[in-house]
Amino acid sequence: MKQPLLVKKGAEASLYLAHWHGRKVMMKKRLPKKYRLLELDEQIKTYRTTHEPQLIHEAKKAGVSTPTIFLVDIKNATIIMEFIEGKQVKQLLSEVSKSERQCLCFRIGELIGRLHKCGIIHGDLTTSNMILNSEGKIFFVDFGLGEKSKELEARGVDLHLMKRALQSTHFRFAKECFDTVIEGYSKVLGSETAKNVLDKIKEIERRGRYIAERKGD
Amino acid sequence: MCMLKDGKMKGKKTGESYCLGIESTADDFSLGISTFNGEILANIIRAYVPPEGGIHPREAARHHAKVASKVLEEAFEKAGMKPKDLSIIAFSQGPGLGPCLRTGATVARALASYLNIALVGVNHCVAHIEIGKLRTGVKDPVTLYVSGGNTIVSAFDSGRYRVFGETLDVALGNCLDVFAREAGLRQRVGEPFGAVVEKLAANGKKLIPLPYTVKGMDMSFSGLLTAAVNLFNKGEHKLEDLCYSLQETVFSMVTEVTERALAHTEKKEVLLTGGVAANKKLQTMIKAIAEEHHAEFSVMPTEFAIDNGAMIAWTGVLAYKHGVVTPIEKSFVKLRWRLDEVEVPWVK
Repeated sequence: MKQPLLVKKGAEASLYLAHWHGRKVMMKKRLPKKYRLLELDEQIKTYRTTHEPQLIHEAKKAGVSTPTIFLVDIKNATIIMEFIEGKQVKQLLSEVSKSERQCLCFRIGELIGRLHKCGIIHGDLTTSNMILNSEGKIFFVDFGLGEKSKELEARGVDLHLMKRALQSTHFRFAKECFDTVIEGYSKVLGSETAKNVLDKIKEIERRGRYIAERKGD
Repeated sequence: MCMLKDGKMKGKKTGESYCLGIESTADDFSLGISTFNGEILANIIRAYVPPEGGIHPREAARHHAKVASKVLEEAFEKAGMKPKDLSIIAFSQGPGLGPCLRTGATVARALASYLNIALVGVNHCVAHIEIGKLRTGVKDPVTLYVSGGNTIVSAFDSGRYRVFGETLDVALGNCLDVFAREAGLRQRVGEPFGAVVEKLAANGKKLIPLPYTVKGMDMSFSGLLTAAVNLFNKGEHKLEDLCYSLQETVFSMVTEVTERALAHTEKKEVLLTGGVAANKKLQTMIKAIAEEHHAEFSVMPTEFAIDNGAMIAWTGVLAYKHGVVTPIEKSFVKLRWRLDEVEVPWVK
């Protein structure tokens, strides 16, 4: 294997571009965090390294494109997976036209709907975790903070995070994008479920501190 | 005027303009005086310590009203000036506890009308960041602001301080406070609950598993708090170990989120502020991630990390210089005024 190239040093894991048995792969390694106690560090790393590939696999079954997993090395907290060639939605959203943006958001909403329908909570729905490949397929990556749940609460938090990610990174058209995401989501889960989730999001927002929703009280 | 230790004269200078800042969002009543150039001439803080239980907003407000005139006297004496030397009055307009905010706002309105000078309403969270920048010299940081009322990871982008991560329920400081109270611990003036927990945690050795809840960039402390209190009530663990585990878990969570914001924004500075910034363990953890991302780490000294009037005064100056004034009829307090709702035209 050629020397792996560090492409992204995230907080949760480091991503390396590498060659593995003739394939271009993404190596995701959860490095020990010096700031955490060794014990806590081991617990978190092992939990996320085992759960992430399971969720990636389940997502495929739900009809959402995800990278193929080649190897899981729990001892070294490393996952070797397919490298997705494409562009991050984070970048795309600020480059494309309004109609293309809406189309992307609608499809993202549908994909989130498919995940939720099958009881998969992504846990970190940001636009940097969505990649559009050259064939026009949207891939979801980074399920490290995900979980299995069909509860309204978990769905609500998941979408609330999507909303927050849009607000912090794409604040100029956050509302438009989120509304379109919800349209796509409703198409898959039905308008009643979507409404319940939206109500839940409001409730979650009210729980937070200093939220506009609570201004009336 | 008063003589400083190094022999320099401090206080009123001819041609200089001054701002009085009034802070009263929660349990502290504080007044600060800043020059228009950011020299802090006074920063007097009076904490309300409830005889038992948490902060009752009405009782805290009563405390603020009681100490207000005395603190005013002290602030002017410290700064070596008279009220008529002021050019503007700034006050904490929100977010915070209603009765407390209203007490501070009343003092601010009264003084501004009496002196016939401009009033500037300041966002408390913005003020924490601005005083941080002023005192530490950082220019464009990822700020972790952790206190009894707030847990916010923010960074500047396009005209505002954007919130990258925050708590989904209670604040980190509140989580520590409530646990300490439930565990029967006592706080004193000068030794808040956070310091009591930190001391006990230093003697803890065993990590007791507690829910570690990071959801994307946000955190949840309420479930963890309940779990910790339940464990305490069962009486199977040493209090030192519980404090240790609580600290390790909540600090790891907030550090992870701060690191995510740092990785995301690629900023080169990290600023730690708020009451919980005084915790040495948290400082070590945030410093570690700053170093890992080749960012400069700064922590606010306690006097300017806790709620203080100086930060309101300085932010008032910045706002006023950019044409922000608050007419008295629009000076109602905003209990839930979010950090990311505020335009900060003075930041480039």
